[in-house]
Amino acid sequence: MSKELIHLSNISKSFDGQMVLDDLNLKIHENEFVTLLGPSGCGKTTTLRILGGFTSPDTGKVYFDGQDITRIPPNKRQLNTVFQKYALFTHMTIAENIAFGLKIKKKSKSYINDKIKYALKLVNLEGYENRMPDSLSGGQQQRIAIARAIVNEPKILLLDEPLGALDLKLRQEMQYELIRMKNELGITFVYVTHDQEEALTMSDTIVVMNQGYIQQIGSPESIYNEPENAFVADFIGDSNIIPAIMIEDKLVSILDTRFACVDTGFGHNKPVDVVIRPEDVELVEPDQGTIQGVVTHMIFKGVHYEMEVMANGFEWLVHSTTMFPVGKQVGIKVDPFNIQIMNKPESEDEEAAAIDI
Amino acid sequence: MRNTARKIYIALIFIFLYAPIFTLMVLSFNASKTRAKWGGFTFKWYSALFQNRDIMEALVNTLLIAVISSLVATVIGTIACVSMSGMKRKTRSILLGITNIPMLNADIVTGISLMLLFISFGIRFGVGTILLSHITFNIPYVILSIMPRMKQLNPSTYEAALDLGASHTTAFFKVVFPDLLPGILSGFLMAFTMSLDDFIITHFTKGAGVDTLSTKIYTEVKKGIKPEMYALSTIIFVTVLLLLILVNMAPSGKNEKADK
Ligand SMILES: Nc1ncnc2c1ncn2[C@@H]1O[C@H](COP(=O)(O)OP(=O)(O)OP(=O)(O)O)[C@@H](O)[C@H]1O
Ligand SMILES: [Mg+2]
Repeated sequence: MSKELIHLSNISKSFDGQMVLDDLNLKIHENEFVTLLGPSGCGKTTTLRILGGFTSPDTGKVYFDGQDITRIPPNKRQLNTVFQKYALFTHMTIAENIAFGLKIKKKSKSYINDKIKYALKLVNLEGYENRMPDSLSGGQQQRIAIARAIVNEPKILLLDEPLGALDLKLRQEMQYELIRMKNELGITFVYVTHDQEEALTMSDTIVVMNQGYIQQIGSPESIYNEPENAFVADFIGDSNIIPAIMIEDKLVSILDTRFACVDTGFGHNKPVDVVIRPEDVELVEPDQGTIQGVVTHMIFKGVHYEMEVMANGFEWLVHSTTMFPVGKQVGIKVDPFNIQIMNKPESEDEEAAAIDI
Repeated sequence: MRNTARKIYIALIFIFLYAPIFTLMVLSFNASKTRAKWGGFTFKWYSALFQNRDIMEALVNTLLIAVISSLVATVIGTIACVSMSGMKRKTRSILLGITNIPMLNADIVTGISLMLLFISFGIRFGVGTILLSHITFNIPYVILSIMPRMKQLNPSTYEAALDLGASHTTAFFKVVFPDLLPGILSGFLMAFTMSLDDFIITHFTKGAGVDTLSTKIYTEVKKGIKPEMYALSTIIFVTVLLLLILVNMAPSGKNEKADK
C-alpha cells in the first residue's frame, strides 16, 4: 500500500460529559478514497473536524505525514474541507469564491485566473465566473465548493456529506464526477456519508462507525461480504441476521436446522450470529430445501422481487428474480459460502454495535 | 359599505396621529405671529431660525452627539454581538435580556440614574456626559438590529475561510462582516435617530449652558412659544421621518438582491 498520510492515534472526544469518540485509531494512505460511514450522531463530523483542526481532541494525537499536527490551527493545515452546507461566500462572485484561498496565499493574478479556469473546467461549470452563488442550483453550488477547495492543491480533501442535499440522479452524477476528479488530481479524499450505497460505490476503504467506535475498516467488498459484526451487517445493505449455534467447524445450526458453512475456528457448540444476504437465499420446491416455510409478503422492486418467508419462527428476507406468490409453501437453501458467521457481542465495542439494531 | 367604513376608520386614525404634527407644520409657514389666524405663507421663521446663534449651536451639538454616539455604539454593539454569538445559548439569552432592559426602562429613570452616576463619580456635566449617556442608551438598539443577522449566519462560512488559509481577522472582515453589514447599517441609523430624538436623558445629563435642539426647544417654549420653534420642530420631524424610512429600507433592499 502507498505511504501513510494521516494517523489518528487514540483520539477521544466528549461534549458536555457525553463521549462522542472513544479511543479512535485510523490510518489514511496517500491517494486513498476513505469513507466514514455510520448512522446520524455516530461522530463522523466530529472526526472530520478533528482532522480539519476545527475541534481539538480531549486526548490522542493527529499525525500528518509523520508530524504531530494536533495543535496546528486549521489555516495552517495542508488540507481543505468541503462543508455539508457548501458554505460559499454569498456576497462574492464564483470567481472570487474560488480565488479566496489563492489571494490569501498571495499568488499572482495570472496564476489565480488560470486556476479559476482550470477548476471551473474540472467541475464542468465553465463560464460561471461572474455569477453569484445564490443564482446557482444546489448541485452547482456544491461543485463550486469543491472547486474552491481543490485550487489550493491540498494533500487531503475532507468532504462532509457533500451530496446529502441533492436528489438521487444528481447525486449519482456527482459520485462519478468525484471519483473522476480524485483520479485526475491524485489527492486523498476523506468522505463522510450515512448512505451505505454511496460508500460502497465510491470508496477504496470504508470505515464503519457507530456511537464513537470504529466497527470495521475494509474494502467495500469485504465490508459487504464479510461483516465482522451484526451492526455492520445490518447497516450495510439488507440482511438476515439470525442467532445460531456453531456445532463444529463448517457446521452451524440455524433455527434448529443444520447448515453447512465454510467458517472454522469458532469452537464447539458456540452461540454465534449468522448473516445471510437476501440475494443469497434461494427459494426452491419444499422437498428440496434445507428448511421449509411459507411466503408472507411479496413486492416487485424493479430488478427483483422482495419476499418475506416465515420459516422456523424467523421471517427471512429474500431477493429473487423468480416470483413466489404469497401463501406458497417453499423450501430455503443457502450456499455454504454465503453463510457469514460472526461472534456474539462480548467486548464493549461490540455492545455498542448491538444497540442500534 | 364595509369598504367605506374601513376607509373612514383608517382616515380617522391618521387624523388623530398626524393632525398635531400637521398643525405644527402649517403654523411654521404662517406669516401671522398668532396661532389664531392665517396671515399668509412665509419662510421667514425658517430664515430667522438659521440666523439664531443659540439654535445653530444647539444644532451642531445635536449632530455631533448623534454622529459620535451612534458610531461608538455601533462599534461596541457589533463587537458585543460577535462575542455573544460565540457563547453558549443560555448565557447568550441571559445577556441579551440584560441588554434589552434599558430599552424598556422609562427614559426618566435612565436619565436620572445616569445623572446620579456622573455626580457620584465627580464627572463635569457637558457635551461629554451627554455623549456618554447617548452611547449607553444606543448600544441596545444596535445589538437588537445586528443579532438577527448574526443568527442567520451560516457558521461554516467563517470556518471555510479559516480552512482556506485566512487568519481569524481576515476571516471576520472578509466573510462575516459583509453579511452583518446591513444589520450594522440599520443599527447605526436607528442609534442616530434615537440620539437625535432624545430629550429626557439629555435634559438630565447636559449641565448648564449646553443645549441640543430638543432641550433648546424646551427652554424656548418655557419662555413663550415663538413660531421659529414650529419651524425647528418641523425640520426635526421631517429628518427623523426620513431616517426611519431609511432604516426600514436598508434590510429589505438587501433581501431583494438575494432574491434575484
Ligand atoms: N459542538 C458540540 N457541542 C455539543 N455536542 C456536540 C457538538 N458537536 C457534536 N456534538 C454531539 O456529538 C455527537 C456526534 O456528532 P457528529 O456531528 O460527529 O455526528 P455525525 O456522525 O456527523 O452525525 P450526522 O450524520 O447526523 O451528521 C452527537 O451526539 C452530537 O450531538
Ligand atoms: Mg455530520
